[in-house]
Amino acid sequence: MTKVASRLPDILKRHDAAILKEWVNEQLSVSRPEAMKESALREHAQRFFGLFRDAVQSGELGDVSGPAWAAVREMLGELSQSCTTLGYTPTETATFVLSLKQPLFTRLRQEVGRDAEALADETWAVTGLLDQLGLYTTEVFLKGREDLIRRQQQDMMELSTPVVQLWDNVLALPLIGTLDSARTQIVMENLLHKIVETGAAIAIIDITGVPTVDTLVAQHLLKTVAAARLMGADCIISGIRPQIAQTIVHLGVELANVVTKATLADAFQIALQKTGASIGKATAR
Amino acid sequence: MATAVSAEEMRPLGSSEDVVVVRQVVRALAVKLGFSLVDQTKMVTAASELARNTVDYGGGGTVRLQTITDGKRIGLRLTFEDKGPGIEDLALALKDGYTSGGGLGLGLGGAKRLSNEFEIVSRPGEGTRVSIARWR
Amino acid sequence: MDRIPILRMSEFLLVTIQVDMHDRLAMALQEDLTDQIVRHRSHGVLIDISTLEVVDSFIGRMIGNIAGMSRILDAETVVVGMRPAVAITLVELGLSLPGVRTALDVDKGMQLLRTSLHGTSNGAS
Repeated sequence: MTKVASRLPDILKRHDAAILKEWVNEQLSVSRPEAMKESALREHAQRFFGLFRDAVQSGELGDVSGPAWAAVREMLGELSQSCTTLGYTPTETATFVLSLKQPLFTRLRQEVGRDAEALADETWAVTGLLDQLGLYTTEVFLKGREDLIRRQQQDMMELSTPVVQLWDNVLALPLIGTLDSARTQIVMENLLHKIVETGAAIAIIDITGVPTVDTLVAQHLLKTVAAARLMGADCIISGIRPQIAQTIVHLGVELANVVTKATLADAFQIALQKTGASIGKATAR
Repeated sequence: MATAVSAEEMRPLGSSEDVVVVRQVVRALAVKLGFSLVDQTKMVTAASELARNTVDYGGGGTVRLQTITDGKRIGLRLTFEDKGPGIEDLALALKDGYTSGGGLGLGLGGAKRLSNEFEIVSRPGEGTRVSIARWR
Repeated sequence: MDRIPILRMSEFLLVTIQVDMHDRLAMALQEDLTDQIVRHRSHGVLIDISTLEVVDSFIGRMIGNIAGMSRILDAETVVVGMRPAVAITLVELGLSLPGVRTALDVDKGMQLLRTSLHGTSNGAS
């Protein structure tokens, strides 16, 4: 419906230089401590305004997800990303777009001011349009953050599951942090491969660094123990803190078939016994 | 997002040799799609369970192997179909330990646990269709 | 019909499963093995599955059956060399082979059999 009625394309075409100038001046006059530098602002404003004006000529004012707005979206995407790297807040980036409202409203009032109904319609259309674009910059910002989090999660996953050899035939897997099922799967595979690689008969899974154990985590641990047993290695779970022992019992998780020890040292001693080795203090003669 | 099928093939399931062939075909396909070793093994094992069910309880049938995508991920979907006696009580058949044929009764429930998506349609006297999918 | 070869190694029997078995082959192995245990009065069976890429519930059940039957015939069964991916899958499948002893390779399996047969009196469980 806005496609036919709006005079925005025409207004933009006739007054583009003036509107751009007003917009930039408007932004520069409101000096915020974290605002963009003037040179950068002018450059971004010019590019955005050019693309915006061209996209508006398509007459597609209701929806910015279409092909007519592809160039604008791309520009805003880049802007949002570069602003994030430069340390600008997402509000700053969105304000950049939203501040175009004022010069546009002023123009609209001058051009269609006599017809109140038309003015309301036009204002509404421009508001909707710029709101969508402003939100788009925030969306890009969020997506960037999400990607970052996902990458970091992956890095952490790879870093946080070392399997160490304590002794001949004895491996230890010190677990630190929260266990979710994706991470447990990696931990499990790592441990089992290391067992094959080293021919270890016993693996100690130390959960001192695991803050909480819920049913799911307990089940994952049990699965790891069961899989290791199928391959021919025994597991000992150590580092079970009192609260965790309580939750395990309250959850009704059956740990009966698993050897558990309070500390890694206790587990190590049992492991040595089982593999036929022993450590003791050298006795003075 | 809608799931699209990008490649598809059919295999017959009439004998226990066919079950072996299906295991090998599923393995090759999972390798081609870049599944991890564990995911390959899970999918092949699930396929083996369901293929055997089709042969032993369904009196033979077919399996359709599909490469699927939802725009972001790639996956493998296997659909086993027979015109056998069907399953009277689906909830019971899905329960671990339940068996009508002297097996361990881990076939259906196991296949469900080994895949990301599981769907079963069965009508007594008309046959059974089980579909599983796993994403890479 | 082809069969899986069963090797005799002193007092033990060794089976190396190298092919992707169809179900009848697995059933035949189960029969052959119990026959051989009785014929050679073997006290231990080693089943090497290190080349098997898939163990489904049928093969798992066969392994469990062999272990159970051997026990009745006074022989210990040790399954050796299960691959990590296979172990993870079996656990997910809900099959943990409770009565079956396991070892990482044939050597360790043989050791396990020896200690449980000739070692301490409480070795065999």
